[in-house]
Amino acid sequence: MNTLQQIPILSIIAYIPLAGALAIMFLIPKEKTGTIRAFATVVAGLDFAVSIPLWFAFERGKAGYQFVEHASWIPSLGVEYRFGIDGITLLLLLLTTLIGFIAVYCSFSAITERQKEYYVLLLLLQTFMIGTFCCLDFFLFYVFWEIMLVPMYFLIGVWGGQRRLYAAIKFFLYTLAGSVLMLLGIIALYFYNTTGFLGYKGLGHAATFSIEKLTAVAAGMPVALQIWLFFAFFFGFAIKVPMFPFHTWLPDAHTEAPTAGSVILAAVLLKMGTYGFVRFSLPMFPQAVQTSWVIGTMVALAIVGIVYGAMVTLVQKDMKKLIAYSSVSHLGFVMLGIFALNMAGIQGGVLQMINHGISTGALFLLVGIVYERRHTRMIAEYGGLARQMPVYATYFLIIALSSMGLPLLNGFIGEFTILQGAFAKSFWWALFACTGIVLGAAYLLWLYQRVFFGELSNPANAKLPDLSIREQLTLAPLVVLAFWIGLYPKPFFDILRTPAENVVRAVGGQTLTPPAYALSGAEPSAPAPTPAEAATR
Amino acid sequence: MKLQPTDWLLLSPELFLTAAGLTLLALSVFFGKAKEEFLAFLAVIFLGITAALLTFVATSPARSAGPILSGMFVLDNFALFFKFLVLLSVILTVLGSVRFVGAAPYPGGEYYALLVFTCVGMFFMVSGSNLISIYVALELMALSSYVLAGYFKGEIKSTEAALKYFILGAFSSAVLLYGLSLVYGTAGKLGLAELAQIYGSAGRTNATLLGIILVLAGLLFKIAAVPFHLWTPDVYEGAPTPVTAFFSVGPKVAAYAILARIFYVGFPRFHADWGLIVAVVAAATMIWGNVAALLQTNVKRMFAYSSIAHAGYALLGVLGFQTRFGMWGVLVYLLAYTLMNFGAFGLVIFLETKGYAAETVADFNGLARRNMPAAVVMLIFLLSLAGIPPTAGFIGKYYLFTAAMDAGYAWLAVIAVLASAVSLFYYFRIAAAMFFTEGTPVRISGSYALTAAVVICAAGTLLIGIAPERVLDVLHRCLPGRY
Repeated sequence: MNTLQQIPILSIIAYIPLAGALAIMFLIPKEKTGTIRAFATVVAGLDFAVSIPLWFAFERGKAGYQFVEHASWIPSLGVEYRFGIDGITLLLLLLTTLIGFIAVYCSFSAITERQKEYYVLLLLLQTFMIGTFCCLDFFLFYVFWEIMLVPMYFLIGVWGGQRRLYAAIKFFLYTLAGSVLMLLGIIALYFYNTTGFLGYKGLGHAATFSIEKLTAVAAGMPVALQIWLFFAFFFGFAIKVPMFPFHTWLPDAHTEAPTAGSVILAAVLLKMGTYGFVRFSLPMFPQAVQTSWVIGTMVALAIVGIVYGAMVTLVQKDMKKLIAYSSVSHLGFVMLGIFALNMAGIQGGVLQMINHGISTGALFLLVGIVYERRHTRMIAEYGGLARQMPVYATYFLIIALSSMGLPLLNGFIGEFTILQGAFAKSFWWALFACTGIVLGAAYLLWLYQRVFFGELSNPANAKLPDLSIREQLTLAPLVVLAFWIGLYPKPFFDILRTPAENVVRAVGGQTLTPPAYALSGAEPSAPAPTPAEAATR
Repeated sequence: MKLQPTDWLLLSPELFLTAAGLTLLALSVFFGKAKEEFLAFLAVIFLGITAALLTFVATSPARSAGPILSGMFVLDNFALFFKFLVLLSVILTVLGSVRFVGAAPYPGGEYYALLVFTCVGMFFMVSGSNLISIYVALELMALSSYVLAGYFKGEIKSTEAALKYFILGAFSSAVLLYGLSLVYGTAGKLGLAELAQIYGSAGRTNATLLGIILVLAGLLFKIAAVPFHLWTPDVYEGAPTPVTAFFSVGPKVAAYAILARIFYVGFPRFHADWGLIVAVVAAATMIWGNVAALLQTNVKRMFAYSSIAHAGYALLGVLGFQTRFGMWGVLVYLLAYTLMNFGAFGLVIFLETKGYAAETVADFNGLARRNMPAAVVMLIFLLSLAGIPPTAGFIGKYYLFTAAMDAGYAWLAVIAVLASAVSLFYYFRIAAAMFFTEGTPVRISGSYALTAAVVICAAGTLLIGIAPERVLDVLHRCLPGRY
């Protein structure tokens, strides 16, 4: 696999979709919708296929970034074009390319208007997301981070539901407002590294935006400045996560977006925020993060997000909105794990990011499938679907169970590891978080009961066809992944261990006690369920 | 004052332009309404020759050899950069006017001649190194602009715009002139370099400060900073659209050039005194410009307020001009602003309704369906105006925010970024109209000339956004006093 190190593999993965988008834009006339669909699918599939070798070529135990490539971009500012990945980004990158493929493939029947523009935007979005995860230069990171909003804005605005205009601009403005503050944080770091600013004496280094160099520089800053910059970055990331109380854009955007848009939003875009916390906030501002009131605020917001998100989810009447609010709750779990600042918490948090991408992504796909058939998302319109669509009901059940954290499925591994990390810090954190799991089981099972069980009372549902082959093909990879992570998570923990150790070491935590599964490699030997989990079963 | 032989050579672009303007004026007598497109063509040729002469002057070693016109006139890289920039804005305006002016029932020859005269005025402004030569050049530009604003003399709005522009412009010139007289009274000199020398050693008196503040106020009027902005929306709304497009870039850029030069070269000693005023004005301009733009439904008024907001961002660079990124940032931003703002106006001209171009945001409805390339190009300009990468507008704003942080105005940088985020809301009203709605059939009146102008702007906007290094490098050598 040495060859992979020699070719700019990450750039290739990043720009295949861009090339595909340009080809569609300029070469295929818009009337040939079949060709456009097929071509876009091939491009997205090719992109996923090209990204798979990374999984094998990636060296697990090696610290630092791999597959690094760099080129000069704006030397007068110290800006470089640099790509590279570590374990955390490897998983997110693979998730992105897989979801990208599924998003294209699931849109065949859902999108009937303005198809050319649609697939161009999807592929552009794919490039920008991959770029955001892979880049190692703050300037470049900001460029990708911002430009990513544009295709998503149009996906929601053109192909969205009733209130799409409102949802699209709200999504754009919220995220933009957060990220411009992050830009100021980046500028402040730049000056701290070079000439100094606002009375802080600069270090006099050469101008750079290198993420590694600036991370090291930032970690040595005075605590007061660290706290200021932590909050500058915080707004950028917290709005994207979204953390309570910045979450209000999410239900609108999720609900109004077309299926593929919701899937990408849930599976990838939200991860940018949590990724930002792990990749930037923790290693860059370790003293700020360990300041008790900062960590208290973060954990409090995370727990409020878990509990409040779950309670709001319970009362939703619209399936898509229900899943959207459940994301607020799930992402609260991820944040709790990250801010436990220990191995279990961070590994669990990152793994839960992937899990959430799989489960929630699949849930949006599933809702999209019935929405296409019935053009309604209201739970009350359904009931007894298990009789009419047994295959669909089975997929939905597996995914719902995975989302609520049933053992043998992926959600359990993530949530358990997070709780392990949180418990190590405080009994109360874990206790509050557990109520989220109980509520999670409640809203998902209740949803399942209302949609699938009982009599097929609504005559409109009497003729619904079950899943087509294509629909099953979009869901199957996610189900396989859910079982894989649930049954044998060791490969994932192996990949995450080194980068997680780096983060934990940076924030002064213990790195010697990784979670039990990761070391032994054994399957989870049915750990004693917590009271809350016992209650859910 | 005795003219040196080299002076003639170095003044050749200005002399040629003056002759060109007079020629156009004379020819307009012979060319009727039907043939005036030829005059536009001729104007572009003349402006192209001027560009060639400028290039020739730029390569001439004589420009840095000694004082030109006894030190009234400088030809440093800064002046050359702004000459090229205002020349670009005039060329774009001529290209954007061909169809528009041709369709109007007013003679076009004088129109192009007036544009060329404003260009002469701006050329002398950006080269001025003496307060009197700057003032005279400013008036030459301003008087031609007043006439241009009222060029559609049958339209009541156009006449109103001209009158407002004239009265308020004359008032601001008076304020500026009074400030200059106080400066002269206290220092006894009017050359910028001499002023810096005298003020460098002399104590500061109240009369000096008052003079400087009045000069500042007069110039803030010209760049339409809050609270001196009130003329802008009415003038921009009333003037013929290509003229509005021109006002929003050319004269504004030239006014920025003299603001920057006067305060950078002449009054650096008093930075602490005028710095706070400029900071407050910048904050007010960014906030009010963006908030007022949110409330507009008329596209031209919206862009008027947006251009006010942009003047506010650029003030961050003036504020931080003793830092590495300040003056450099002003240059980068003004270049980006010229391209993106003219480009956006180009699309407004493109969508002609009632002979007055697009009036409301609704006129953009469904543009993506009818003309996808036009919609995509407009989107590029909107993204750039809102400061979203990878566009010129982002690079420019990045420089200005950096300059503000470096100069110690972190609070101002926070206001700037948030104001910039707010601006997205009104820019994207147009994007939403173009892409999300069904269209109402609005006449699309693109000409080849206008298309060329818009394509130039779009290409520049993207180029500076994606591969800025070369441009940044050139601009870095264009700070005042560098040759």
